[in-house]
Amino acid sequence: MTEFLALREAIAAYVHDGSTIALEGFTHLIPFAAGHEIIRQQKRNLTLVRMTPDLIYDQLIGMGCARKLIFSWGGNPGVGSLHRLRDAVEHGWPRPLEIEEHSHAAMAAAYGAGAAGLPCAILRAYQGSDLPRYNPNIRSITCPFTGEQLAAVPAIRPDLAIIHAQRADRAGNVLIEGIVGVQKEVVLAARHAIVTVEEIVDDLRAPSPNSVVLPSWTVSAVVAVPGGARPSYAHGYYRRDNAFYTAWDALSRDRERFLRWMEEHVLRECPAVPQP
Amino acid sequence: MNYSATEMMAVAAARVLTNDDICFVGIGTPSLACNLARLTHAPGITLIYESGTIGARPHVLPLSIGDPELSETARTTVAVPEMFQYWLQGGCISVGFLGGAQIDRYANINSSVIGSYEKPKVRLPGGGGAPEIASLCRKTYVVMAQSRRSFVERVDFITTFGYGEGGDHRQRLGIHTEGPTLVITDLCIMRPNLITKELEVTALHQGVTREQVIDATGWPVRFAERVEQTPPPTEAELSVLRDLQACTARAHGLEVGQND
Repeated sequence: MTEFLALREAIAAYVHDGSTIALEGFTHLIPFAAGHEIIRQQKRNLTLVRMTPDLIYDQLIGMGCARKLIFSWGGNPGVGSLHRLRDAVEHGWPRPLEIEEHSHAAMAAAYGAGAAGLPCAILRAYQGSDLPRYNPNIRSITCPFTGEQLAAVPAIRPDLAIIHAQRADRAGNVLIEGIVGVQKEVVLAARHAIVTVEEIVDDLRAPSPNSVVLPSWTVSAVVAVPGGARPSYAHGYYRRDNAFYTAWDALSRDRERFLRWMEEHVLRECPAVPQP
Repeated sequence: MNYSATEMMAVAAARVLTNDDICFVGIGTPSLACNLARLTHAPGITLIYESGTIGARPHVLPLSIGDPELSETARTTVAVPEMFQYWLQGGCISVGFLGGAQIDRYANINSSVIGSYEKPKVRLPGGGGAPEIASLCRKTYVVMAQSRRSFVERVDFITTFGYGEGGDHRQRLGIHTEGPTLVITDLCIMRPNLITKELEVTALHQGVTREQVIDATGWPVRFAERVEQTPPPTEAELSVLRDLQACTARAHGLEVGQND
């Protein structure tokens, strides 16, 4: 049964110190507001899973919430480095960060395997790359039919998935439109799922019989958080704040300036919608 | 018309694409070159971004791989696992267009670390889609500004395999695609030698000397028997390129949310 909760209650109920959590959304629909609430509640020792850590994991890492990061591309898209991620990997600040690095193809397949209830994903990948030498979770398997050597990576089965979506109806069915990333896979792969939405409506208005709809019984909690993906975007609601992504480079480069920004914009008891 | 070396690089990169290409597009200069090709000589080209957008026709260049312009203008948008499993791994894509931080004489690309992996001097963003784009697209083009720091004898880390140690290394690993058949820089165009697979200069951009290329390459670079001259950008190419960049800057600059 889907619960309708406030953001604070949902994070308190489902995010525990030491949990493995995946906040997904491939550039689009990144659940920033939920990530900020995790920071405010000072959750610790999290294993953070996300294909593209993006600014939200840069913030979680910089605020000391993470013990480990599982990822496949850790930059600020189109801008450059994630400075807080770099500082954690290069200098252990604010605490050492274990990393498990994959390629996009493997992470996407690992979410798919998690959704499919399989122990691992099999794919043609990593040929000649040095990544398998440093990531013991990239192994190989021989096809029993052709003898081909293929890559195998463990399925991703997080304790909790958090995604942001356009809307939910009053029964808790969720509609996602635009770049849908790995959202369906992560929700089905995870033990629990929180979905923050732009609005809760009487009628979902799914535009096509093939629309991506997560039935309410796949979702643990629905939280109305208008603007909850900013500075990422919500197709049909608001645009990506590219100027903020560009500005983050300077805001996050220096530890003190980063902490000041987090204090002013995230830590102070905020409205449900933290404006970037 | 005056033009910069960076503009020459984008134009030279755009020219190698054809109307029939199904192209997997990396962000940054690859995306610029691919859209320039689409807006000039290759209007029918299919541009695919790893966010799942197939047949994107953005009016302004995306800052990220998943900007709204991509899905709003695409023929269709699929989920990311489908993108990698069916469309890329399934063999639907004719050319992958990549950038990178570091490339070596056998066109292996490093986008992971400078220094050692465990204790990196610089932690770079990582591979993203590139390792499989480079092994699964029928061939790959690479576009990168050239310097001794970026064109090195051996990369610190092979994120994306090119020709490994050269020769038939790809075949020995069971990779059946052609690999990086073209490297376009701000100075020249390089192609792998047919036998050794070492990158050789096959064309110099207008006004660039062999010495300049030698100085900007971290290995004793070879020149092909016949080295061609890249024709300079035409006025039409330059004006489309500059319009696209101006529109893009305006669009990104006008977004709300500037603060601090």
